[in-house]
Amino acid sequence: MSPLSRREFVAAGVAAGAGLVIGFYLPHGSASHEEAFSPNAYLRITPDNKVTIVVARSEMGQGVRTALPMILAEELEADWNQIEIEQAGASTLYGDQGTGGSASVHSTWDPMRKAGAAAREMLISAAALTWGVPRSSCTAESSHIKHAASNRSVSYGELAGKAATLPIPTDVTLKQSKDYKIVGQRLARLDTPSKVKGEAIFGIDFRMPGMKFALLSRCPTIGGKVSGFDDKESKKISGVSYVGKVGDTAVAVVADSVWGAMEGRRVLNVTWDDGPNKDLNTAAVMASLKQAVSKKGVSLYLAGDAAKAAGRKISAEYTLPFMAHAPMEPGNCTANYQGTKCELWAPTQVPQDCRDSVATAIGLDPDQVKVNVTLMGGGFGRRLEHDYAVEAALVSKAINAPVKVIWTREDDMRFSTYRPASLHQFSATLDGSGFPVALTHRIIAPSISGQKGQPTPGGVDPDLPDEAGPVYGLPNYTIESVIAETPVPLGWMRSVYALQAAFALESFIDELAVAAGKDPLQYRLKLLAKDQDLQFFTTTWKTARMRGVLQLAAEKAAWDRPLPAGNYRGVACFGCFASYMAEVVEITMEKDQPRVQRVVAVVDCGQVVNPSILEQQIQGGIVYGLANALRAKITIEKGRVVQGNFDDYAPLRMDETPVVEVYAIPSTEAPTGIGEPSVPPIAPALCNAIYAATKKRIRALPILSS
Amino acid sequence: MADLTLRVNGSDKKVSVSPETPLLWVLRDTLELTGTKFGCGAGLCGACTVHVDGNPIRSCSTPVSQVAGKSITTIEGLGANGLHVLLQAWIVEEVPQCGYCQTGQIMSAAALLAKTPNPTDDQITQAMNGNLCRCGTYERIRKAIHRAAGNGGAR
Repeated sequence: MSPLSRREFVAAGVAAGAGLVIGFYLPHGSASHEEAFSPNAYLRITPDNKVTIVVARSEMGQGVRTALPMILAEELEADWNQIEIEQAGASTLYGDQGTGGSASVHSTWDPMRKAGAAAREMLISAAALTWGVPRSSCTAESSHIKHAASNRSVSYGELAGKAATLPIPTDVTLKQSKDYKIVGQRLARLDTPSKVKGEAIFGIDFRMPGMKFALLSRCPTIGGKVSGFDDKESKKISGVSYVGKVGDTAVAVVADSVWGAMEGRRVLNVTWDDGPNKDLNTAAVMASLKQAVSKKGVSLYLAGDAAKAAGRKISAEYTLPFMAHAPMEPGNCTANYQGTKCELWAPTQVPQDCRDSVATAIGLDPDQVKVNVTLMGGGFGRRLEHDYAVEAALVSKAINAPVKVIWTREDDMRFSTYRPASLHQFSATLDGSGFPVALTHRIIAPSISGQKGQPTPGGVDPDLPDEAGPVYGLPNYTIESVIAETPVPLGWMRSVYALQAAFALESFIDELAVAAGKDPLQYRLKLLAKDQDLQFFTTTWKTARMRGVLQLAAEKAAWDRPLPAGNYRGVACFGCFASYMAEVVEITMEKDQPRVQRVVAVVDCGQVVNPSILEQQIQGGIVYGLANALRAKITIEKGRVVQGNFDDYAPLRMDETPVVEVYAIPSTEAPTGIGEPSVPPIAPALCNAIYAATKKRIRALPILSS
Repeated sequence: MADLTLRVNGSDKKVSVSPETPLLWVLRDTLELTGTKFGCGAGLCGACTVHVDGNPIRSCSTPVSQVAGKSITTIEGLGANGLHVLLQAWIVEEVPQCGYCQTGQIMSAAALLAKTPNPTDDQITQAMNGNLCRCGTYERIRKAIHRAAGNGGAR
């Protein structure tokens, strides 16, 4: 074990014991910071009064490089204009650094606040000792400690040396939300200027001396492998220096430019062993979901006994296709293998997984692999996979030189990991007034974690607890999961199973409202009228909070007022990642196709850290969700993914993008997710609006099925 | 291979590349101007947009031999004389999320404002519809263009 990793190990042990991450000082970067005050792994204050905050989650556009530092700076009473940000690579100091599940703010809210508060208290102590005055007479403000009685002020930087000698408090008092000066403010994102100037370095932009570029030719058939290759033509391309197999399934072409590698790959002649899936197609996959219907499910949620309820029965089935993330920056990773170590520059949501799987792939120990986290041109879950990192490390090892592996858009589309296709069976029993006394939802879908060989405790896919909870407190209510099998590679895509669950549930609730002859919004409010706590795994869903977002959405959309002729609207609400969301969609119909004119979105995600970032995430999630609802569909023919680029897998463009009004319920509850919760309700809200316009119920996505 | 002289952001650059190489890769790999991005390689997403003689083109689908001797402007050249009014507007409106497509968006917007200093919503949509953004920043892009136009965006 190297000295550094041993130190990290000790620090992690301390962190576990203390209940908050206060580790030893870790020398981030190579500079010596002997004079620095660094009471924990998130913070460093140097004598020049520079406050450096370490971000241990990955920035893929969701604003963590601004939001997380805001949380620490708030408790530290730091001068926000003097903050500098440092991105943590894979480490053992920060717990799980995976960026996903809308959890970055949610899961670092306590550690970041405590880290800032502990440092603040130590700086107060340092000033009090220096001045010989009681701690209680000193206050922290704008990166200074002040002593009002003597009108003295000293900067954090000047106190750094002294503070560093003091014990780290184990119990600190956190600020009350009414005293917040930074959290809750519409502060400008720190990464904006470099991004608009083209100076920001994404993974694909990273360069190092002697670096080569590689493209891989991967077996186009799912589960197939390389049978042989002829590189004669490739080697004639100027700059191509190496062609060789990468594992069993791909052949790499290495060149001194991206274009050289692209050309080298274009003329490469590979013969494939198509393997067991050469006849697989979408129809067979959907048929296998149908067949899984008869399998016994695992109960996710159970209230009363839906089977015993008496009344009018209604049932329906919904299906959803595979979808691809398609972030704007195609997959890439740079690796520099040097015998006993390997360094990566990875646009990744999972630096620690990259470290571990690269170590396994190239035969090193994890602490011989260093992972630097670059900016990401979108993630949406695609960069929760570590395939790019492993490929880059293997190619670097093969050529014994630094290399950047780049994927093309077609590679991204055809070798992705896809949002699982799913089938949803509903049945309801309505009382004499048309309200459900019983509801059963069976979710038939393959398990992402299960397919990857990760644990599925109790036969439950570990994502479902965050994404498939109940919305309404019905007396008899069953939610059941049936895990189907598929050879199609699966991945976690923005909002994961919540998209499927919400589309199905909130479409069905609309069907029930129609069957009852009631207004769909009032129908939902009636179902949420009683204050109830619905326990779903570790989340307690509160009907009062769901009612709150729905009521505000109705008010902002002026639901009680008639629309202009030719305009129609739909509503949906759903909770995932512990946040509550309601959306009202207003549409017109043009040539039998919906045109979304306006969306009103209301979220209850507890304390809002930065309203501008929140608005970005909600608007962006809705644009993403609209593309999913309208067109996103990955199909399989002869074992191969059909779609290849943005023509046959078309995201939303400006002409289809509606005005999205975003409102947040004022709250001092601990913050919950905002990256994903706006995605799931948009498809059902839109389909419900289409029903209002056409009386046609859409039970299969995408809406614009070709 | 061909020896070409490219006029990029106002200065002449000599490059030795095969003539069918897309301009994108010459900018990024040979000239190390990485502000211009690779998104689709097929002219579908606009992330690679640069100006050739003032017109927005997709550098991923433009062979470098076609632009030799012409005036090429990239995002790095847009702000050469201080912060361009569009960049200021993009910053004030906090447009970027991941930011990857934004340099291409800005190049398309700059070309629009050069010809249409005060564009309508429809003109903005028409000019910007070739630029994809998976983060869904379109409404803020629209606001930023209006803001820049109000500030004399066509300078």
